[in-house]
Amino acid sequence: MEYAVIFLPLIGAIIGFLGNSVIKYFSEIITSLLVSISAVLSIFIFWNGLQNNVYGNYKVFEWVSSGNFVANWSINLDPLSSVMLVVVTFVSALVHIYSIGYMSHDPHKPRFMSYLSLFTFSMLVLVVSDNFLQLFFGWEGVGLCSYLLIGFWFKKESANNAAIKAFIVNRVGDFGLAIGIFLIFFYFGTINFKEVFDLVPQFIENKLVFLGFEASLITLICLFLFIGAMGKSAQFLLHTWLPDAMEGPTPVSALIHAATMVTAGVFLVVRCSPLFEYSQTALNLVTVVGMITAVFAASVALVQNDIKKIVAYSTCSQLGYMFFAAGVGAYHVAMFHLFTHAFFKALLFLGSGSVIHAFKDEQDIRNMGGVRKKLPYTYVLMLIGTLALTGFPFLSGFYSKDAIIEFAYLRNSSLGNYAATVGIFTAFLTSIYSWRLFFKTFHGSYNNKNIPIEDTHESPLVMLFPLLLLGIGAVFSGYLFKDTFIGHHSNDFWQSSIFFLSEIKHESIPLWFLILTPTLVVISIPISFYYFIQNTGILEEFKNTNLPLYKFLINKWYIDELYDLIFVNPSKKIGSFFWKKGDQGFIDRFGPDGISKVIKKLSDKAGLFQTGFIYDYAFVMLLGLSLLLTYLILN
Amino acid sequence: MNFPILSTLIFLPLISSFFIFLSKGQKNNYSAIYISLFSSLATFILSIFVWYSMDFSSSEFQFLEEQSWINNFIKFKLGVDGISILFIILTTLITPICIVSCINSVKDRIKEFLIAILVLETFMIGVFCSLDLVVFYLFFEAGLIPMFLIIGVWGGPRRVYSAFKFFLFTLLGSVLMLAAIIAIYWITGTTDITQIYEIKIPKEYQNLLWLAFFSSFAVKMPMWPVHTWLPDAHVEAPTAGSVILAAILLKMAGYGFLRFSVPMFPLASEYFTPLIYTLSIIAIIYTSLVALMQEDMKKLIAYSSVAHMGYVTLGIFTFTKQGIEGSIYQMISHGLISAALFLCVGVVYDRLHSRMISTYGGIVNYLPKYSFLFIVFALAGLGLPGTTGFLGEFLVLTGAFQKSYLVAMLATFGVVLGAAYMLWLTKRVIFGVTNNEEVKKMHDVNKTEICMLGILTFLVVVFGFYPAPLLETFDISVNNLINNYEMAISSGAIE
Repeated sequence: MEYAVIFLPLIGAIIGFLGNSVIKYFSEIITSLLVSISAVLSIFIFWNGLQNNVYGNYKVFEWVSSGNFVANWSINLDPLSSVMLVVVTFVSALVHIYSIGYMSHDPHKPRFMSYLSLFTFSMLVLVVSDNFLQLFFGWEGVGLCSYLLIGFWFKKESANNAAIKAFIVNRVGDFGLAIGIFLIFFYFGTINFKEVFDLVPQFIENKLVFLGFEASLITLICLFLFIGAMGKSAQFLLHTWLPDAMEGPTPVSALIHAATMVTAGVFLVVRCSPLFEYSQTALNLVTVVGMITAVFAASVALVQNDIKKIVAYSTCSQLGYMFFAAGVGAYHVAMFHLFTHAFFKALLFLGSGSVIHAFKDEQDIRNMGGVRKKLPYTYVLMLIGTLALTGFPFLSGFYSKDAIIEFAYLRNSSLGNYAATVGIFTAFLTSIYSWRLFFKTFHGSYNNKNIPIEDTHESPLVMLFPLLLLGIGAVFSGYLFKDTFIGHHSNDFWQSSIFFLSEIKHESIPLWFLILTPTLVVISIPISFYYFIQNTGILEEFKNTNLPLYKFLINKWYIDELYDLIFVNPSKKIGSFFWKKGDQGFIDRFGPDGISKVIKKLSDKAGLFQTGFIYDYAFVMLLGLSLLLTYLILN
Repeated sequence: MNFPILSTLIFLPLISSFFIFLSKGQKNNYSAIYISLFSSLATFILSIFVWYSMDFSSSEFQFLEEQSWINNFIKFKLGVDGISILFIILTTLITPICIVSCINSVKDRIKEFLIAILVLETFMIGVFCSLDLVVFYLFFEAGLIPMFLIIGVWGGPRRVYSAFKFFLFTLLGSVLMLAAIIAIYWITGTTDITQIYEIKIPKEYQNLLWLAFFSSFAVKMPMWPVHTWLPDAHVEAPTAGSVILAAILLKMAGYGFLRFSVPMFPLASEYFTPLIYTLSIIAIIYTSLVALMQEDMKKLIAYSSVAHMGYVTLGIFTFTKQGIEGSIYQMISHGLISAALFLCVGVVYDRLHSRMISTYGGIVNYLPKYSFLFIVFALAGLGLPGTTGFLGEFLVLTGAFQKSYLVAMLATFGVVLGAAYMLWLTKRVIFGVTNNEEVKKMHDVNKTEICMLGILTFLVVVFGFYPAPLLETFDISVNNLINNYEMAISSGAIE
């Protein structure tokens, strides 16, 4: 069964790639079916683990063995990986089904479905790994699929650039992850999770000099692993690829850039909790980066106009939440937010996809509005998604997000308090940009000049059905699973898959603090409605009086421009310089070309002696003879 | 005495090239093609047989053959161990693929071309089999001649310049190696390398001799700054020439380091490690950046080869298990991937006669199968896990990390650049909008092309997931190499 969960998507990818040549709709049906079976099985595995505590490690076969550098292909089932299995396969199955409708007009649909399945496979390989190398395989594998899917519409220049950017920025993260793995192998002599984690306590005191700095081994390892996590989870400074990745088809954004792949970084940190727990420095860094990302992305999301980009920045921001949850030591809460987030964010993305579909590929929210009666189902489902995202009481986001803020507060450290404050503030921002998106899309007046309102239409059932299931998840997943994931007895569920150095506190929290966030969230709804729909003039004026701030936000803090300036352009210039000046201008000029020129010159000179006149030769002979004689006489 | 299987392996292509020479020139030269294909396949099967019947649990040289050659002075001594057998198989695998590729691409004098390739195969197998310095030197240098002819006769417009540059560079290094071989004979009284391993060359000579060998290998590798012949040679060489050059000739140097420099001069090898690290890092970073800016596909791949070879030298001189195994793996993997990439360029070159990146664009619309294969190899080239390219690099870096953090960090950064130039190449050639009307008329890969590239795809992926057969082959030999090295270093330190 474990094998089936992992390999069915791969089989789907391979068969699906062969295309519709056999039967019409062959690819989409076979891939969706196989992934759905995989989803059902993984829910079963999750349930079996929860009820009967059935976990295990299955070795498929040995991958690499070089000295003591040994890595197996393996399927490692524990509570952590079983949660991820459910998230990945469940969302993936729904996205597969949704894509049947969404991509119905695309001639390359078999390829698309095949990539989706391949992605699912890579992601599963990542989460069930029992060693760092297999994790790295999955890590880069999902990066590849992300690259292929972002660039799926390969005729679009922007899509191609976004795809390359995603891969290369991720490679920078992978660079960190690889260094982390090298460090682990060098000191621990193994890359197997269990063996490494068992050895950690022996290495707490280890210090090493790294590039001139003295640092603790564990801290250093965690920092490098975290760089990897930052790349994959689009954390501040390595986030630039995520908004651009929205060039890909919307189902891709929902699956890869919201629910699954981008959470791999969070998964890595949680998986490595036995390492991170021993390094307060690394945890603090995780918290700080998480906080910055949460605020940064939320602030940028406030002013964006592309519906998908808003949701993308929102994802970025929510990932920040997960990281600072992990940073304050609440790994289980981070996982819980990851779990609930997968439902409502996939819902929002697929809902946006439905809207985009209705407007015939229009993505600018300024060109939408007033279509709530035309798209009733999408409207309701998007409403659920928005409520869940903002943390409206008793929906899924409420349980997980508020838990993060509470745990940060319970930390009783200045950084924890700070994180809690940032969390509350970001929750408020989240609420505002989410409602802005929602109201501008569905309320107000109809603003699209290209398509008459009569032509907008509700999506087909094949697209609405996955939305419905996700909607149910977005409403109930928080309430149903909160005791299992973060309740008083959550340790019984997580067992050894998450490591806490000190007991987690479950103290009571002051009532005002509990109420604060939900209140802000609820209040923000009418505020948003007033400013974005009823009286837009005030904001317009505010924008004009604070133009620099607005520009700063809409240009995403100018980080892309900064990177072009520091990295992209210089490396192209240096490349040209090395080529033209280094290789051609120096090595060749003074090397082979130079030598052959010198030899030619010398031989030309030598040739001058061969005049062909006998008196010249006679003169030289005479000269030589006289010199020889002089020499002999003098001696 | 047993059947001289290695001699058969070496001379089978040479003998069959003689038959091609005798064959009547028909309209399509079918007999020449069939003879060469058949003989190269026979050689391949024979080499697989040698691999199959080898004992991997022993680090000794196997299938030994010894013939007195010149008055007991030079012996014609052959043998294989776990390291060399894989290079032999790589050679015998790539050669038939090259021969198949000729059918489409070489238009005139195909008979002579095939003879050159088969003669080259003989010399290349000879390099990897010989256990005597002089015999090695002869094969090593003789290989230059057919390659020189392949570039000089069947090459592009600037073929003469490239051929001479190639010859000049490589010969210059080799002269020093010859001097060193003579010196070794005077010091030890033999040129049999198994005996030299036993005798151990005195410390005072090692540095100079190491440098002499190094000068030859560095050019062949090629290492920075003597790499500039490679892009020119590749650009002008016909497809089959590029493939052999990248896949096999470059590996001779890496093999040379493993077979000669490290075991014969361990103290010098240790002494010069910083030099190697520096040059390797420069090769990785510098040439990756240069590759980024290339406008010619073949040049880009040639520069990427230099960068990949940087990992090889880096790995060998870590003297760690992972480093050396990674290097060998990287060489095998690069042999497959670069061969495939040059074949890919050859495919479109045969159709449009342009190697410029700007000529193409949006190929995926018209040549979907070709594009698929191209992307697979580009990804393998940038070291995607699940392909052979990843394992080699990763093991080398794991090894390097145990010696120097800085070196390993810089080398790892090269992986980011590798992704940049490979993906940018893919984007400009495969994706995007087609502006060139000619591209739209191109036809997709035909059966022979699919066959050639398909075999390479299969190997690159299978050995990416399941490298055990290769790793087990050289496991014991590498252990032995490292043990001997460490013993020499520790005894050298006592002196």
